[in-house]
Amino acid sequence: MKKFDKERVLLAVAGPVIALAVAFVLSAIVLIASGKNPVEPFALMFEQAGYADVQVLILNQASMYYIAALAVAIGFRMNLFNIGVDGQYQLGAMMAAIVGAHASLPAFLQVPLLLLTAVFTGAFWAGIAGFLKVTRGVSEVVATIMLNAIATSLIVYMWKPDVFGVKIGNNSTTGEMHESGWIPGIDLGAAGEIYGLVILAVLLGIGYWVTLNRTRFGFDLRASGASSSAAAASGVDPKRMVLTAMLLSGAIAGLAGLPILLGDSHTYNLNFPTGIGFLGIGIALLGRNSPVGIVFAALLWAWLDKASPELDFHGYDKEIAVIMQGLIVLSVVVSYEAVREWGLRRQQRRVGAELAAGHVLGANNTTKEVAGR
Amino acid sequence: MPKGRYARRRPPSPGECVINASSSPPAGAAVHKTVTAVELAGITKRFPGVVANHDIHLTVRKGTVHALVGENGAGKSTLMKILYGMQKPDEGTITVHGEQVNFSSPADAIARGIGMVHQHFMLADNLTVLENVVLGSEKLHGIGGKARRRIKELSERYGLEVRPDVLVEELGVAARQRVEILKVLYRGATTLILDEPTAVLVPQEVDALFDNLRELKAEGLSVIFISHKLGEVLSVADDITVIRRGTTVGTAVPSETTPRQLAELMVGSELPTPETAESTVTDRPVITVDKLRLAAPGGKALLDDISFTIHEGEILGIAGVEGNGQTELVDALIGLRHADSGVIRLADEDITAWATRKRREEGIGYIPEDRHRHGLLLEAPLWENRILGHVTEKPNAKGVWLDPKAAQEDTRRIVTEYDVRTPGIDVTAASLSGGNQQKLIVGREMSHKPRFLIAAHPTRGVDVGAQAAIWDHIREARREGLAVLLISADLDELIGLSDTLRVIYDGKLVADADPATITPEELGTAMTGAAEGHLEHEETPAETQADVSKSAESPEDEAR
Repeated sequence: MKKFDKERVLLAVAGPVIALAVAFVLSAIVLIASGKNPVEPFALMFEQAGYADVQVLILNQASMYYIAALAVAIGFRMNLFNIGVDGQYQLGAMMAAIVGAHASLPAFLQVPLLLLTAVFTGAFWAGIAGFLKVTRGVSEVVATIMLNAIATSLIVYMWKPDVFGVKIGNNSTTGEMHESGWIPGIDLGAAGEIYGLVILAVLLGIGYWVTLNRTRFGFDLRASGASSSAAAASGVDPKRMVLTAMLLSGAIAGLAGLPILLGDSHTYNLNFPTGIGFLGIGIALLGRNSPVGIVFAALLWAWLDKASPELDFHGYDKEIAVIMQGLIVLSVVVSYEAVREWGLRRQQRRVGAELAAGHVLGANNTTKEVAGR
Repeated sequence: MPKGRYARRRPPSPGECVINASSSPPAGAAVHKTVTAVELAGITKRFPGVVANHDIHLTVRKGTVHALVGENGAGKSTLMKILYGMQKPDEGTITVHGEQVNFSSPADAIARGIGMVHQHFMLADNLTVLENVVLGSEKLHGIGGKARRRIKELSERYGLEVRPDVLVEELGVAARQRVEILKVLYRGATTLILDEPTAVLVPQEVDALFDNLRELKAEGLSVIFISHKLGEVLSVADDITVIRRGTTVGTAVPSETTPRQLAELMVGSELPTPETAESTVTDRPVITVDKLRLAAPGGKALLDDISFTIHEGEILGIAGVEGNGQTELVDALIGLRHADSGVIRLADEDITAWATRKRREEGIGYIPEDRHRHGLLLEAPLWENRILGHVTEKPNAKGVWLDPKAAQEDTRRIVTEYDVRTPGIDVTAASLSGGNQQKLIVGREMSHKPRFLIAAHPTRGVDVGAQAAIWDHIREARREGLAVLLISADLDELIGLSDTLRVIYDGKLVADADPATITPEELGTAMTGAAEGHLEHEETPAETQADVSKSAESPEDEAR
């Protein structure tokens, strides 16, 4: 039996490794095609990862990618495609910024208040798509794309000075948040500061694993994703599960912008990072929806982001990193499907082989039992 | 071969059995013209660590139907894959029409006139029959009038009644199968391999298929017919080869063999029958259904005025041609669909409004008709499949938390007690054979001590050994007071296991019968809607008619 366990680990690692190798090779081909050295850019980027200040940047960025990717992964685990994480986290961050600028409670109340604001905003925004799917059968893909567009307009509207906006120079902001809502980071001196909410990302990852693998609800959710018909026959209410998963995905998504908001920017302005929700989709894919896998994927993405600007100083285009991200997503999709099918078929063959060789679980017990009768 | 309780009976001694337990062709073969269409000699196929086929001998005479029977996993599929060019044998020879051949792909096999009709149809729903037939063989007769003429010609010659310009999605299962056969003929096949062709058909359609097969062999074609259903094998085959544990263990002449002898040769031991010994029916009702009605979105009634009661220790069998409301009845009972009107009671409680989970927690067990869609998570390990459907119950959960250790422990118990052949509980459900998947489901459902069991086709696609084991488990639970609703297309199983029989036709329970006296043929007639009321086993049709009118009202009263 141990053999099958080992094999599962091997299969789980094989997919991403093959995908990354293919992506590296293809990126190198792109570089060669454009008449550049195919190795040096990677060497430069690896070198960057060695510097403490870049490491802090990578870690901070990865924490937000991680939360966004978890939000996407929850949907994936039950065959829901929440493309709306982008709108959900931006709205969540903005609402938290607005509440943080207007409410002033002691820190032990202010921080939970801001977190809950973000959670409920994200859940509400995703819940609209969930509600539409359950009641009207609207595809969550279409609904969340639309909701992203609406969220963008809503944010621009709330930035207006007569709504919640505060103009600082040419920048639209939501005003400075009260200090009780700031979350202190881990100061590393010259290297910079690690966001305090990196801890939140870790806790969410643990919570995700425990919920999915160790609770009844998590089993129902995974069963719904694996086979909606079998889940329904096992007693899962499919509509309620869709709505719950959407709400949960949105709630986590709402938190994705908070590490930078509460740790650094303390206001929601034009410079606030966008597009994290979309990146989260690729990261969740690469991490195979596993809380550990997503850690590596988020770190890889953040590394590509934070190490690539250096390329500009050496005559390379930093967009190589973006090309690489795209190639990774493409090869991930192909290699996972190939590895999955190969693994299933291989196991079927091996089970057949083991049975034929007489390795049947409990074969000895059977004879004993018959003798006992 | 099943271990445990079935192994204790000894097979009959070779002398008293008419089956010729050797691998040479039957003696009767010499009488007929002995032109050999296909001959497999000494075929051995090894996979790493396992011998799937060992020294197989199979001789198919031209113009005959040759049945290949054996349990699931006995090696039939591997053998057919070898013959069809999908796999290469390690040893042995294949001879087609006297010429030794070497296939490296199905295309080679087709070129030699060997065609295969798969168990799962490979047709595109949104294309016409003509388009499906020519797809991939456009070079033969083009895609227009010439191809259409050829299809019509083949259809008439073999009585297949295939219309070339109908969309495949409009065809029933039997018609699709005929299209598949025609597809193979169109490509010039002279030897057809049919993999479990009757598994998806109702009795009347099976008869029609057999007529088609007789036409084929009358025209000099040969058919290799793979099946579990031994009665059918005996009625259609000219020769039978039995395969067990990867090797040919004997051949049989259909006219001198009974299904039991054949089955015993297949599993290597004497078999139990589905018959239940003594009645265990009590007067304590477990499930009471009263005037249940379920309508399709358009308003057409899928179930209408369904009323029955099942008591403790009673098995109620529902006979019917598939698609007459059985699926809807099961869905309504397990709570996947809610009735438009009518009441369902479990013991004294009205459960009509209960959700599926509540029903399962309160003791309704469910063996689904389609285990892949409704009974298993194919890519999940066995122990997670043991949790499926019972996630809120012990030993799978403690409060809101799962208890994987206890679930795994209990999975090991089920695997042992229900003889699920697997090397471990961490393998995926997809890697088990159909029979072993079904045994796992039966074990899982029985482990929660259900009061009422819905068993929809509990032994469909399951080999003889597993079938006997499943029957035995159902019987044992019945003795302990389980109420069972049994739905099956296997009329022998239905008659053998049930205490009470009802016939469903067009969403209504139209007839009832006493399983002690009814014959499959009489039941089959009622399934087509030709007879109603209480079915008596009578000598003359006139008397039956009289009896029907007299007792038209009685079944309801009797069941209550």
